[in-house]
Amino acid sequence: MENTNDSLDYVGVQLDDFDIAHEYQLIREGNQQDGAVVFFTGLVRDFNQGNDVTGLFLEHYPGMTEKALQDIVDQAKNRWPINRVRVIHRIGQLHLGDQIVYVAVSGKHREAAFDACRFIMDFLKNRAPFWKKETTTQGDVWVEALEKDKTAMDKWHDKK
Amino acid sequence: MISVLFFAQLREQLKTDKVDLDINTPCSILDIQQSIISTHPDWSQFIEGRTLLTAVNQTMVDTEHMVKQGDEVAFFPPVTGG
Repeated sequence: MENTNDSLDYVGVQLDDFDIAHEYQLIREGNQQDGAVVFFTGLVRDFNQGNDVTGLFLEHYPGMTEKALQDIVDQAKNRWPINRVRVIHRIGQLHLGDQIVYVAVSGKHREAAFDACRFIMDFLKNRAPFWKKETTTQGDVWVEALEKDKTAMDKWHDKK
Repeated sequence: MISVLFFAQLREQLKTDKVDLDINTPCSILDIQQSIISTHPDWSQFIEGRTLLTAVNQTMVDTEHMVKQGDEVAFFPPVTGG
């Protein structure tokens, strides 16, 4: 795969919120080679798996989390001609509407950037060791993994 | 000595986040599970026949993976981040 990496990748796991405007600047700053930036943000929503959600707690496996995310980013970079990749995942106590996850990919063209961004999210959902415990009006509930998330990841094995 | 870590719902069910095992190696993930259950028979319902994921030295592995002394093994439910 064509190597266009200018080594400005980032993978982070943090308690603190992140600023999309600042993140967008970091993807663009000093970058005249890329014509496309695609990003995804995941948020805490108010209803999930039949429960009214009031907030959630994100547990993770320190050390493995960063390693798993970096491995997913490396796979994406081997598969598509993309340049900068930035991934941020939050942990700890989150509230309704809070940002949970951010994935941004830059590249010369939009097709690779779109695909790589989606690939990273699909693999993150299945391979990165995070667990959500929702606070609901019916009590605290561990979120169940969904078959549709596994199907979304498996689709990439069939595509080339 | 092998350290075994538990996360999320499994950690709550077992009421601990870690056990240290004295076990002959190399051994499989299934051997590790059997060793844990022989010491804690009441944990079998949470460990056996469930769709737990396994990591060795912070990389996901399958149940045939062979473990050696000093490895860090972790069991956890399917992940739900993102």
